[in-house]
Amino acid sequence: MTTFEGASRQPRGLVRHVGASWMQAPYPALVADSSGGVVEANAAATHLFPGAVSGAWLDHVVPGWLADAHRRAGEEGQPPRPVRGRHEDLTLEAHPTVGTDGDIVWWLVDDTDRLLAETALRSERERTAFLADASSRLLASLNVPRCMEVAVQLAASHLADAALLVMPAAGRRHPIAASVGGAPAEHSSARIDPSAVTGLSEALQGFPPVPSRWIDPATLPDWAVPEGFDGPAGSVVVTPLPGHGIPAGALILLRRGDHAAFDASEEVFARVFAARAGAALSAARMYAEQAGITATLMVELLPPKLHPVRGVEYAGGYRASRDTERIGGDFYDVHPGAGSDQETLAVLGDVCGKGLDAAVLTGKIRTTLQALLPLAEDHEKLLRLLNGTLLTGRHTRYATLVLASVRREGRVTRLRLTSAGHPRPLIVRRSGEVEEADTAGTLIGALPDVHARTAEVLLQPGEACLLYTDGITEAKGGPLGDVRFGTRRLREAVADCAGMPAEAVVERVQMLAAEWVGGRPHDDMAVLAISVPHSTHLTAVDGRTPGRYTT
Amino acid sequence: MTQALDPPEDAAAPASAAARPPGPDSLVAARRALWHAVRDRDESRAARSVFDLLDAGADAEDVLLGVIARVQFTVGEEWAAGRLSVAAEHAATAIHDRIIAAMSHREAEARPADATPAAAVTVACVDGEWHSLPARILAEVLRLRGHRVDFLGAQVPTPHLVAHLHHTAPAAVALSSSIPTRLPAAHAAITAVQAVGIPVLAGGAAFGPDGRYARLLGADAWAPDARGAADALARGVPRPAAGAVRQTIDDLPHLADQEFTMVSRSRGQLVKNTMAALEDRLPAMRAYTEAQRERTAEDVAHIVEFLAAALYTDDSGLLTRFLDWTGDILEARGVPARVLGPALEILQDELKDFPRALRFLAEGHAALDGRGTRPTIPGTGSEA
Repeated sequence: MTTFEGASRQPRGLVRHVGASWMQAPYPALVADSSGGVVEANAAATHLFPGAVSGAWLDHVVPGWLADAHRRAGEEGQPPRPVRGRHEDLTLEAHPTVGTDGDIVWWLVDDTDRLLAETALRSERERTAFLADASSRLLASLNVPRCMEVAVQLAASHLADAALLVMPAAGRRHPIAASVGGAPAEHSSARIDPSAVTGLSEALQGFPPVPSRWIDPATLPDWAVPEGFDGPAGSVVVTPLPGHGIPAGALILLRRGDHAAFDASEEVFARVFAARAGAALSAARMYAEQAGITATLMVELLPPKLHPVRGVEYAGGYRASRDTERIGGDFYDVHPGAGSDQETLAVLGDVCGKGLDAAVLTGKIRTTLQALLPLAEDHEKLLRLLNGTLLTGRHTRYATLVLASVRREGRVTRLRLTSAGHPRPLIVRRSGEVEEADTAGTLIGALPDVHARTAEVLLQPGEACLLYTDGITEAKGGPLGDVRFGTRRLREAVADCAGMPAEAVVERVQMLAAEWVGGRPHDDMAVLAISVPHSTHLTAVDGRTPGRYTT
Repeated sequence: MTQALDPPEDAAAPASAAARPPGPDSLVAARRALWHAVRDRDESRAARSVFDLLDAGADAEDVLLGVIARVQFTVGEEWAAGRLSVAAEHAATAIHDRIIAAMSHREAEARPADATPAAAVTVACVDGEWHSLPARILAEVLRLRGHRVDFLGAQVPTPHLVAHLHHTAPAAVALSSSIPTRLPAAHAAITAVQAVGIPVLAGGAAFGPDGRYARLLGADAWAPDARGAADALARGVPRPAAGAVRQTIDDLPHLADQEFTMVSRSRGQLVKNTMAALEDRLPAMRAYTEAQRERTAEDVAHIVEFLAAALYTDDSGLLTRFLDWTGDILEARGVPARVLGPALEILQDELKDFPRALRFLAEGHAALDGRGTRPTIPGTGSEA
């Protein structure tokens, strides 16, 4: 189709209806015909596109995206859609209205400010989402190296091309984690001079960060440029990780020379991120310190690992009343006598109460008993001395316990058993009979005087003796949910345990009791099995002798 | 047992096989010797059958998986068939446990001290899971392959597991569970471990033969056996997004109907009501001894537990497979499987307001009805 210049000089079609008012409209508007010629442009449009006068070709006077949109509008069968594009430093939105004769009015809206606001909002939203995500990732693990990894990986994938996290020196070496582009972090520990990086020693001492432009990337020492970082660093940010009162470390962010340098808002954002990373690292470090202290203090309170002693097997099992704890008011111990013909003293007891307070007293009792070991010949005397110690102590709790002095004499094993207010030990015979040792006595730590009767028991090979606390027999549960486990079930449980390794006896009792209580609350539970094997056992499992087994 | 199936005990003697590594025949022979020894509770003979094989140059992984794990499986089968008491099963397991400990000691001494360890792995059983032997075997297989392994043992409360992970930050946690009723506990452990940013490799019979429950509960990987688990760890299990804490209901939206909650919370009451109704319905029960009554109550409690597990996973198969298995166990002990029927009917009455539970119980009942009478498990006497 050919259009002659003169043919489109007069307003027609749609434009006629709109009249002249659009010519004064505050928004730029222009009319173009189906062949791509400008029919009319209002003052605002001419201001925007100076060449847009009647008869000019759109292609010559408006940006390509608008001319293209006009062409497409003519080709498509359906109503044209608004388009957006840039013109000089503006962003314009062009809304088309089609007239009956194929002319199109393009209404132009300056969109620049909205777009800028939207971009700012989007980047702000992205930063907020990143910080929220970063916080939950950083706080997920209370492990310091893991927390360092997460921090540098996040920083190297969102804030910079590479990131290094330098921790305060542990001794003379600084732990360092580094990541390039968010790749898995590399840990190292190096003797470095923090003052080699401008602002680093200040950051490690908790001084405010120096501006990025003060740091000359060319002066970075080798250790500050992680392996795999290609090309020279173009810009560097060093920011402190504020901890709980003391600096938790410093973060070094690197960008390659071909990337934009850090601007002021990015430096601020890096500090916001560093604050979160610092808080997480401090929490992890504090947790590690506390866990370390707890572990050290708890060593003496944890149930000991037991080993066979002179032809007799010992195995113990312990379950604290609360699943979050590993210690409580029940305890057991096995003390081999000094000489090879001496008795071994095994003890199992129960301090009134649960949790840490009760555990502290078990520690005291265990230590006292160890000191009194030379007096184990006479159980009653030993209990009397222990009672005296507990009465004079600041604890107001009392305890019950069982003492078992054990000596293997060839085939038979002689046991002296004394209960101090404690459930009586069970003796498992090869016949499947289960006996209660005939011993009784007063509990410890409550009365000024204590008495006890010792029972003497002989075990044949394959037979066993079971000491337990009432946490087992008092355990409430079972299929109906509120029935006590009781002594009868315990006796039935061990009746066919003759000939079993001591661990198996303990495991069986523990398992039955645990299944009995199910998920219900229960008291501390302790079991100690003393069993006499048929003359052979695996020596490797006593943990001291190397080698495989003996016959 | 025939003579051919039961070669002399010295078939795997080191003297005859020292020249080349023992072949599959010697594994079979050792399996048989070990099975006989643990059945007799003879620890030293059991140890000899394993260590002679190792002395002859057998691969430790083959011995763990091809001998000990296989015999342990036989122990379970023999118990199910009513030919081994629970106590004997415990004794056998304890002997295996000690042999593995002794093997571990021996292998540790054989390992070169300067070998760089592969990734650190924590191996643990789910809270309430007492069958630790499969996890123990996995721990040893991983050690043999050079991993640094922390074996936390049976029944690890999830708070202990998480505290351990904060302390050690291993590359992965291998979580073992054999009983499907522990699946809710397994789920809690999986999400807690993942929230710390550590991936979970699930394994054990509880997760289903194809690992379907491991997937359902969002584990990062699943393996059918110890070898598979070691291979999966060698390939590397990707870390989950740390801090992405999922709630139970995110993985299992069907729990919103509260049926699992109600059934598991009122477990004791359900068992009590069922027992009372059973006595009404079956006059014979009134003559039961207290011990018999307790066994019956335990059976009912198990049905309720498996029903709860089925509700948790929204899979009726958990209940029907349990009922079918219980039917086998009962029939192996001369009790017809249909005795379970009345208990199911009473539970249907008790749970009439719970549509999912009703549907599962009906499917379970139908499965029992469809059993007919079947022969007991064929004898496996000598073949381990």
